[in-house]
Amino acid sequence: MTDAAIADAAVDLPGASYLEAGHTLLSWLTTTDHKRIAILYAISITFFFFIGGIAIGLVRLELMSPRGLFLTSDAYNRLFSLHGIIMVWFFLVPSIPATMGNFLLPLMIGAHDVAFPRLNLLSWYLYVFGAAFTLYALIAGGVDTGWTFYTPLSTNYATGYVIAAAAGVFVVGFSSIATGVNFMATAHMLRAPGMTWFRLPLFVWAMYTVSMVMVLATPVLAMSLLLVIAERALGLPIFDAARGGDPVLFQHLFWFYSHPAVYIMILPAMGVVSEVIPCFARRTIFGYAFMVYALIAIAVIGFMVWGHHMFVAGQSPFANLVFSFLSFVVAVPSAIKVFNWTATLHRAEITFEAPMLYALGFVGLFTIGGLTGLFLASVPIDIHATDTYFVIAHFHFVMVGGTVSAYMAGLHFWWPKLTGRMYSEAWARFAAITTFLGFNATFLPQFVMGWNGMPRRYHYYPDVFQAWHVMSSVGALILAVAYVLPLIYFGWSLIYGRRAGANPWNATGLEWQTSSPPPKENFRRLPRIDAGPYAYHESAQPPTAGDGTPSPPSPTPLPNPPPRAGEGRGG
Amino acid sequence: MSDTATALREPWPDLDRQREGVSVGIWLFIASEVLFFGALFLGYAVYRSLYPEAFRIAGAETEVFYGSMNLVLLLTSSVTMTIAVDASRRGMRRTVVVCLALTMLLGAAFLLFKGLEYSADIAKALFPGAHFPLRPPQTQLFWGLYWVMTGVHAIHLAIGIGVVGVFALILRRRLLPIESPAILGVATYWHFVDTVWIILFPLLYLVDRS
Repeated sequence: MTDAAIADAAVDLPGASYLEAGHTLLSWLTTTDHKRIAILYAISITFFFFIGGIAIGLVRLELMSPRGLFLTSDAYNRLFSLHGIIMVWFFLVPSIPATMGNFLLPLMIGAHDVAFPRLNLLSWYLYVFGAAFTLYALIAGGVDTGWTFYTPLSTNYATGYVIAAAAGVFVVGFSSIATGVNFMATAHMLRAPGMTWFRLPLFVWAMYTVSMVMVLATPVLAMSLLLVIAERALGLPIFDAARGGDPVLFQHLFWFYSHPAVYIMILPAMGVVSEVIPCFARRTIFGYAFMVYALIAIAVIGFMVWGHHMFVAGQSPFANLVFSFLSFVVAVPSAIKVFNWTATLHRAEITFEAPMLYALGFVGLFTIGGLTGLFLASVPIDIHATDTYFVIAHFHFVMVGGTVSAYMAGLHFWWPKLTGRMYSEAWARFAAITTFLGFNATFLPQFVMGWNGMPRRYHYYPDVFQAWHVMSSVGALILAVAYVLPLIYFGWSLIYGRRAGANPWNATGLEWQTSSPPPKENFRRLPRIDAGPYAYHESAQPPTAGDGTPSPPSPTPLPNPPPRAGEGRGG
Repeated sequence: MSDTATALREPWPDLDRQREGVSVGIWLFIASEVLFFGALFLGYAVYRSLYPEAFRIAGAETEVFYGSMNLVLLLTSSVTMTIAVDASRRGMRRTVVVCLALTMLLGAAFLLFKGLEYSADIAKALFPGAHFPLRPPQTQLFWGLYWVMTGVHAIHLAIGIGVVGVFALILRRRLLPIESPAILGVATYWHFVDTVWIILFPLLYLVDRS
């Protein structure tokens, strides 16, 4: 037999890993395996992350001088618009759900795949199609409307490829909706016997709630962009004040999606953190039920606060009052989650592997981001801070300090499961710390200069802000290095990394009860599920980096034993 | 002859669960579509409450004949679709295919009438722009919404016709067993498109027209 024939025969052996089940490009591009689709997404969003990052790198370079260095103002506007559009829709919104959600959701519930595997592949093609469209628009000349496409600038006055960019985002929105439908149906219908709702890991709950938001919010964005296209391309008056239209109607429709969109970005991040912290603290999550209720509350109340983006848009003071109040209310479940993660650490056996470093960083940075969000939810404070760098700093703390940190935490945590390899822990810890330092150096100065009056989206600025801008730009350089490092050590690990066992972290959860990487059908033998998640108390072994010897998968997670004196110390 | 064995797809453990899963999936998609059209209905509601007189003037120009014919066509197509679903449960392959074909035909007739209606509208210059005949200017808001709402609905209907057609072909060539749960999804989508027209019709054709 030729080598190729032997290799192909290996595919037929029961339990060939999903990576070996077909070696051709076509087998990847026509796959319906959720794990392969997750990898396809991961490669795509990483590509766009760096495009969006290069765009803002150029902006931060330009901002080192109050009169700019090498960009025209028009080019500057197009670059920050590119950064926003790419980062929001082509990185952050799909990031955790489309990669880790796709890979892990069926594994965590004991299913063979998601409910509609072909729809899953279609969602990736929609992403690629929308992304290509938008990329063409942005490279051919771009848009200068900002990622928010406000009318009448976008409909009447903006030069540039508004229609193409809006169309690209419109298409990628359906990728979101398809993913959301798939995940909700999967969670409802494909849980293995014994996996009741309140035995689900919090990551699954996070995927479920984020899917609900994706399904209900994204269509409104789609329609608001469609209306912008109709007005711009066909002259149909929807937002045109000259014919009775209201530009603020666009803002209502846009923010009705875009506020829930930020919860689309944070809920999965919270799900990841809820998986990582229990593992590296060797403690079950504190307050599991309230963590679930908090996810649901954030998802639901998140639909009711969109007007806090419009405090100065001419809304009535009564509307401002209502939206402000509800924005304070939505902070409560988020705070409950922060308290519970913190409580999980109490008297725990904490170790500081890279996933834990990123997760702990998330808790701190998300807290700062969330608190500053509360400041902005207060109408008088927002009137001072709106459209300044204070707002930019706030949302980067939650989206980058929050979601990107959690994405990195999850990537490191589940890398052994996805690839069967361990990454270099030393380099990963170095990158995590560098990320944290670089991030703070970039964005803390922005709070200060924003509060002191530095407007957002401005190309030229008063000299008094230059020191802060330079600090921020240097921080951005550090952050860029920290983001490039994982590319290098993850890539290296694919070829030279130590082979990981099924459960290198000694974590609980069904995904660790199968080999690394998993076989195409996920489980050779489905474990019996008769207990809840996070059964860490009685797990005497600390997390160890896999030493290459495959640990035998334990058939069932052990039920919680009755507490004994001195339990949990010196395991 | 039962083809239940081939109706079952990965990763479903059994056909009943798969059928329920298809139902869950399609209703979630319908929920997203409700929000999609809902944004348009919100715009209509806002502008109608702001400019009732302009909307009355503008609404008097819609072609009630075409709108009503289209309502009848779509309601009838929902009947044929319902018969198709029921026949599929009884394993009556030929009835299913014929009813799906009738559904397609009725949908296509809708689009034909829509095309005729659009040319009648254009002949009256009822496309917002420089030659728009009505005053005040807010009448253009009604007509702007008219074109977008009926256009988006027509696109949904066209997609539905395509899906029904492909599905009928697949069933006719026995590429899919007649018990396949997919027909539930197709039918639910079709009924949704019909429901949108049931709401659009009074908003665009009957308001203030007594």
